[in-house]
Amino acid sequence: MITYISIIITAIFVNNIVFAQFLGICPFLGVSKKLSSAAGMGAAVTFVMALATCVTWLLQKYVLDVFGLGYMQTILFILVIAALVQMLEIILKKIAPALYSALGVFLPLITTNCAVLGVAILVIQKGFSLGESLVYSVATALGFTLALVLFAGIRERLALTEVPAAMRGVPIALICAGLLAMAFMGFAGISIG
Amino acid sequence: MNKLRIIYNGLITENPTFVLLLGMCPTLGTTGSAITGLSMGLATSGVLVCSNAAISGIKNMVPDKVRIPAYIVVIATFVTLLQMFMQAYLPSLNESLGIFIPLIVVNCILLGRAEAYASRRSVIDSVFDGIGIGCGFTVALTMLGSIRELLGTGTVFGARIFPETYGSLLFVLAPGAFIALGFLIAIINHVRNRKQS
Repeated sequence: MITYISIIITAIFVNNIVFAQFLGICPFLGVSKKLSSAAGMGAAVTFVMALATCVTWLLQKYVLDVFGLGYMQTILFILVIAALVQMLEIILKKIAPALYSALGVFLPLITTNCAVLGVAILVIQKGFSLGESLVYSVATALGFTLALVLFAGIRERLALTEVPAAMRGVPIALICAGLLAMAFMGFAGISIG
Repeated sequence: MNKLRIIYNGLITENPTFVLLLGMCPTLGTTGSAITGLSMGLATSGVLVCSNAAISGIKNMVPDKVRIPAYIVVIATFVTLLQMFMQAYLPSLNESLGIFIPLIVVNCILLGRAEAYASRRSVIDSVFDGIGIGCGFTVALTMLGSIRELLGTGTVFGARIFPETYGSLLFVLAPGAFIALGFLIAIINHVRNRKQS
């Protein structure tokens, strides 16, 4: 149990995927202009990341490892993630149109979200079990959502402030992200278990 | 002359990092020192040139509907080759770049150039585009890496510039990456704005 709690705290705060590991920066900068879309993107990423990590973990364990095809990891994982996102889009459209209309626009963007592929590869490298992988992927996605929502809140206010011409847009956003990352460094001392 | 213009375009006009703002994850994640930034830039450029050439070569054979998955497979193949090469010949560098080597697959620069350029131009032009964009990316990463290394530890490529007693770990750590890149883009924006007016 303590392992799981430790994984959750570490993945959300200490090793936050955006602020400490630099994964998923594109959606972090791209979809953080409005709070509502940031929350939607976070939910979609959580869903896809948990699903993709489980599927790729099983494939690694029962296909790649068994047949000694470890070098196919990158190709297989990215294709599985792309296929999964497509399938999810079709299924959601059919059985949950309300959810689809909320998350639909974010799904195609997730294929090229390096956080999803990154987490799928990281859990293999860390040698996690299936349960640990699932917990890690959900916690990481929650960390991503937290970062995105915090940042969107800041950017909504930032849009109303006066900023020197050259700093407008991405530069000031990056500097704010740096300050947020500094705040997240405060969690670095925490260790559990 | 025309080929030079393609390279100039990738290096300056459409610089992937400073102008198009693509491939931000490796830009921030691998620039803790000048040497890792340079290696990441070169690794990505190598894959980009190969994938641009291959995609341009197969563009007439791939049906329009499945072109994106096809491009992804081509890119992933070259990334796997790169991974094997680095594991065999550059194990320590492979270690320090870590997860960012397989993640070249999802670098938007590669798919972006495949879709926007290589899928409609000749193989030669696509190779030059790959070289240009690759150089742009490499220069950007090396610049950011040098700045962070200089401000963080007082060295550039391991050569000491500031005295031994200087050190500001912040710039080597995560927040410094965001802040340094933010200021760098702001400076470049400023220069461009000045030029225009």
